Amino acid sequence: MVSMRVNDEMTEVAVDADTPLLWVLRDLLGMTGTKFGCGIAQCGACTVHLDGVAVRSCRLPVGEVGDRAVRTIEGVGSTPVGARVQQAWLDLDVIQCGYCQSGQIMAAAALLAANPEPDDADIDAAMAGNICRCGTYVRIRDGIKRAAQHG
Amino acid sequence: MADAVLSRRQILRTGALGGAALFLGVNLRSADVALAAPGDNATFKPDAFIRIASDGRATLIMPQTEMGQGIYTGLAMLIAEELDLPLDGVVLEAAPASDKLYGNPIFKVQATGGSTSMMGYWMPMRKVGASARAMLVAAAARRWRVDPQSCRTEAGAVLHDPSGRSLTYGALAGAAMRETPPTEPVLKDPSKFRLIGHSHRRLDTPEKTNGRARYGIDAMPAGVRFATLASPPVYGGKVLAIDDSQAKSLPGVRQIIVLDDLVAVVGDTSWAAMRGLAAIDIRWDDGAFANVSTETLYNDLEQAGRSEGAIVVDTGARDSLIGDGVISARYELPLLAHAPMEPMNCTVHITPGHCEVWVGTQVMTMTQRAAAEEAGLTPEQVTVHNHLIGGGFGRRLEVDGIRKAVRIARLVDGPVKVVWTREEDIGKAPYRSVYGAWMKAKLENGKPVAWSHKAVGPTVVGRWLPPAFNGKIDNDAVDGAAETPYDFPSSFVTWVRHEPRGVQTAFWRGVGPNLNIFATESFVDRVAHEAKQDPLAFRRVLIGKHPRARAVLDIATEKAGWGGALPPRSGRGISLQFAFGTYLCTVAEVIVADDGAVSVTRMTTAVDCGTPVNPDGIISQIQGGLVFGLSAALHGRITLVAGRVQQSNFHDYRVMRMDEMPRIEVHVVRNAEAPGGIGEPGTVSVQGAVCNAIYAATGVQLMRMPIDQALIAKDLQA
Amino acid sequence: MTPRRRNWMLLGAAVLIFAVVFAWRLLFLPSALAFAGGHQVDLSQYQGASITGVPAELANADPVTNGKYLAEATDCAACHTAKGGKPFAGGRPFKLPFGTIYTPNITPDRETGIGAWTNAEFLRAVHKGIGRAGERLYPAFPYASYTLLTDADVLAIRGYLSTVPAVRQENMPNSFGFPFNQRWLMAIWGTFFNPNTRFRPVAERSAQWNRGAYLVEAAGHCGECHTPRTLMQAMNTRRKFAGGQAEGWNAYNITGDRLSGIGAWSPTDLASYLAKGHALGRGVASGPMAEAVALSTSRMTPTDIAAMVTYLRTIPPVSSKASPAMAGPAPAVASAGPSDNPGGKRLFEGACASCHAWSGRGAVTPDQQLTGNRAVNDASAANVAMMILNGIGSPEHSGAFMPSFRAAYSDEEIASVANYVTARFGAKPSRVSAADVRKMREE
Ligand code: FES
Ligand code: FES
Repeated sequence: MVSMRVNDEMTEVAVDADTPLLWVLRDLLGMTGTKFGCGIAQCGACTVHLDGVAVRSCRLPVGEVGDRAVRTIEGVGSTPVGARVQQAWLDLDVIQCGYCQSGQIMAAAALLAANPEPDDADIDAAMAGNICRCGTYVRIRDGIKRAAQHG
Repeated sequence: MADAVLSRRQILRTGALGGAALFLGVNLRSADVALAAPGDNATFKPDAFIRIASDGRATLIMPQTEMGQGIYTGLAMLIAEELDLPLDGVVLEAAPASDKLYGNPIFKVQATGGSTSMMGYWMPMRKVGASARAMLVAAAARRWRVDPQSCRTEAGAVLHDPSGRSLTYGALAGAAMRETPPTEPVLKDPSKFRLIGHSHRRLDTPEKTNGRARYGIDAMPAGVRFATLASPPVYGGKVLAIDDSQAKSLPGVRQIIVLDDLVAVVGDTSWAAMRGLAAIDIRWDDGAFANVSTETLYNDLEQAGRSEGAIVVDTGARDSLIGDGVISARYELPLLAHAPMEPMNCTVHITPGHCEVWVGTQVMTMTQRAAAEEAGLTPEQVTVHNHLIGGGFGRRLEVDGIRKAVRIARLVDGPVKVVWTREEDIGKAPYRSVYGAWMKAKLENGKPVAWSHKAVGPTVVGRWLPPAFNGKIDNDAVDGAAETPYDFPSSFVTWVRHEPRGVQTAFWRGVGPNLNIFATESFVDRVAHEAKQDPLAFRRVLIGKHPRARAVLDIATEKAGWGGALPPRSGRGISLQFAFGTYLCTVAEVIVADDGAVSVTRMTTAVDCGTPVNPDGIISQIQGGLVFGLSAALHGRITLVAGRVQQSNFHDYRVMRMDEMPRIEVHVVRNAEAPGGIGEPGTVSVQGAVCNAIYAATGVQLMRMPIDQALIAKDLQA
Repeated sequence: MTPRRRNWMLLGAAVLIFAVVFAWRLLFLPSALAFAGGHQVDLSQYQGASITGVPAELANADPVTNGKYLAEATDCAACHTAKGGKPFAGGRPFKLPFGTIYTPNITPDRETGIGAWTNAEFLRAVHKGIGRAGERLYPAFPYASYTLLTDADVLAIRGYLSTVPAVRQENMPNSFGFPFNQRWLMAIWGTFFNPNTRFRPVAERSAQWNRGAYLVEAAGHCGECHTPRTLMQAMNTRRKFAGGQAEGWNAYNITGDRLSGIGAWSPTDLASYLAKGHALGRGVASGPMAEAVALSTSRMTPTDIAAMVTYLRTIPPVSSKASPAMAGPAPAVASAGPSDNPGGKRLFEGACASCHAWSGRGAVTPDQQLTGNRAVNDASAANVAMMILNGIGSPEHSGAFMPSFRAAYSDEEIASVANYVTARFGAKPSRVSAADVRKMREE
């Protein structure tokens, strides 16, 4: 039995502690907003926040979460930065297929929370780990800048 | 009217994957009969695409699959334009399986691909909207006892200005159902368009920002179990034996399934299944293709290139292509995986006499038929729930994964979601084939007087949609070669069908034109170089009867600052094309380091796809298409050793990351021509433009993709 | 005698003496336990608890289980299993300076394996490096260490090996050229460098220490990689455990030196490293050491791990240049690192930062930490580059995992990211070149 705080609520799951958080969220808690892309921390689709820091949930054994707060795409809108990023994404029509975008939004929100005025190099450093096969990079960059301005 | 538009010359000749023979108008009447539920007269269901409830809530049924290309928004705009329906609050629903109701007007089957959606649905969807509007107007006029001609529509309501009365569509829903649809609905004059031609925010995105959007991989039928599978490492291989003693005892592992050509593990979570599968020692019989390698693929291709092939165009060039002044070159493209962000997956529940499938597919009815075959049922006994697609790029035009999932599900009690690991997704898939193009041209007085292009590659169409292939020439395979924007005095275009051994080939974003435009545009630069002419000036002279091609060439080169000064070892390159019914020109700018490393710094594209339905959506598709092409040009490579694919995940099958991005600028030409395709043209233009830029920067012309840093470095030193 | 002539003679004598001393030092090396002082005695005379065989936990186990435990302690599987091959069927290549050698099949197959061998033949091979037909074996087979194993333990291993599935797989010939293909030369080598004596405990030391010594020296044959080699390719016990090389990887200094060795590691650090392949803030076992952990040390009982730790902590410090002092924490912001390597930075941000974090402290799990890691502080960056090329583990198994970036990244790219990592997180920036990486690819 593993207990943890997800989007401000305590949850308990009966699962092997080795299981990556990603699969606990998706398969056991039914929170399918967090996506599986590669399973090896190379694509960023599975990004969630652990105490506000962007983390690849596909490589994080659920047993290691401990008392750190987990936030997912389903709950990021309740943080001011998260809501701003979501709005910027809609304003600029960033999204295409959208499959990578949970991860992109989580990474962008974590970036802006830590660095409210990122420049291009900061954005690259924080976002290059998130692959978008549809190629929405131009707009992701613009979206982050827009969300920063509206902060 | 639809026929008139769709039979336009360019559509027949270009990306429509099969052309005229396949044309089929959308049958509005049969749709009506099929979907209007008896007794439900509070809902207006004039056809298979529109439902308006009495509370005014409108639902539009989407015959094409949304995989990021924005087609939901585009098609909804077409209907809403003619229907004067406000788009806010409209519900968009994926169509159920039915070729009859939802067949793509160009393919005849319910398929999304080949950049055909806008081409195919431009007229039919507007007619759907116009027809529904006429019925609503008629119902209102009947109620008010006024002449329908004196009514107008606006924002989801019928208005009668002389009396100041109005009724919402919701209020008219029941009454409108009793009206007869017009035989030939009157379409709006384009000058009155309020939606078409104006950028509209996408309708499918809000749920994609908050995790609520459901892709196939998110299907969660009650009681679902999770599975993953291993296919043979060599194409066509079989399972010889397995040792699952370790896997059985792992926590969460429920069931191990061994079929003749795959092994699957069912678990309490996908992870349990993946770990279980990894713990199984599988011995494979490699079958006939264990000796296939990247080298044998290219050797076979070269061999195939020696044969004559089928003649596509012959305007007398053959005799001129001998003697002095003949230039020749060969261009090749590698195997590529699609690697959509959403790994392959399919959820299936089989009960006696029924099979339910949850998946994101580009081919609804093919999916239904494939599932039926594997489940031993009739197509009517199979329900397919289509989902949003996390990237298709052609991969989800294939039903191999659906077949496998159904075969697994037959042995599982209850619903099972089969999720491919990324390693399976990249390592054991249908691939974009290797291709080759043999080019020749003859220069006389600085002008090409003869041109020949031999395209060598498989026919994917022939397997995928056999009626569309006449057995001689695959229209897709020669798209971009058969007709170029250039007026060569004589030309000779042939096609050699060559099916590579040991791999399953598939469509891949950009399809046939990927090869043909790359080869044509690279070779045009090569010939210009031999003629000691500027590539832009050289093209300008060659473009004759294609004013739209000339326009995009002029815009793109002007915006890119063609001819302007550049730092050392930098260059600009042009790629101009007419494919998928769309004219497009991209100018790439690169800088090449001493060690041969290429950075693409800027891409400028001008595109004329006819009436731009949703201009911002077009820009988005071009941006994305360019990135997809850049991934292929810079990194894309699937290699084989002993029949086995060497790549498995994003660490060894690289794709573009944000920090490699060039500056991208897209200019959309506005005109009133019928829409062309937009999903693929951007991708197609990249390799030619980038390679020409490298050629300009270094004098090294690359003949095989992807860009080979070591090769450039070697040539730079030489 | 003219002064001139006398001078010449003196010089000649000096050269001769020097040569003799040199040769002496080359040929006669201290024994493995010489550093410990005290008296080495026969096992039978040692007063403490049992030192050889299996640990007390397994005292009542069946002989096959015991043999298996010992076969794991001696790590037979790592070398005698080819990548993707059947366990113990051999065929794994080892690239040596003079050619490639392939490990033989040691499954019970009678034709291609060792099924037909007598126990005496097996003992002779393990202790003396003499093959079944009397041919001399190359010391890539660590008989200079295994010679310390007791007969009983060697035969217990044999007993276990006879229960593994027999695999028919012909042995591959090695590719040595002259003179290295002259196997008889190995007899001379053995005369000097294989003591051919069984383990002799130090009377003054505890049973735990002696058990540790037996495991480290005889079974674990740690020195084979971690002790530098002399010109004659013997373990230079004068610099015992001061660091060596293995298949392109650096095997680090594991002496008590606080700076370049493991003197600063706590017993918990060491135990964790041996048992799990990872010690917090110290680094992750990679390359051949990762295999040794996976197949050998991680399978040993806690008492045996503790014994090895006890022993290892008594190795006298020897300082080595390859391992400078560890750098402290690295900056957490991306922009603060080395600025002269934008290419390396770009690769790091795309492919590495998701796990290792810009601070180098590990973004997801502690084993991803780069700071404080010896490989990262090694200015040769050999292990960093090898790790990038080869990765470690597999995604579905617990324990450290990193993908191999070999296939899709060029030599230039791997060099630049390795240099970026050492510059940002290590004590001294490395200068790995594309050519270096090209060589490493061949290992
Ligand atoms: S799924 Fe976790 S990074 Fe790709
Ligand atoms: S939007 Fe499709 S992968 Fe990013």
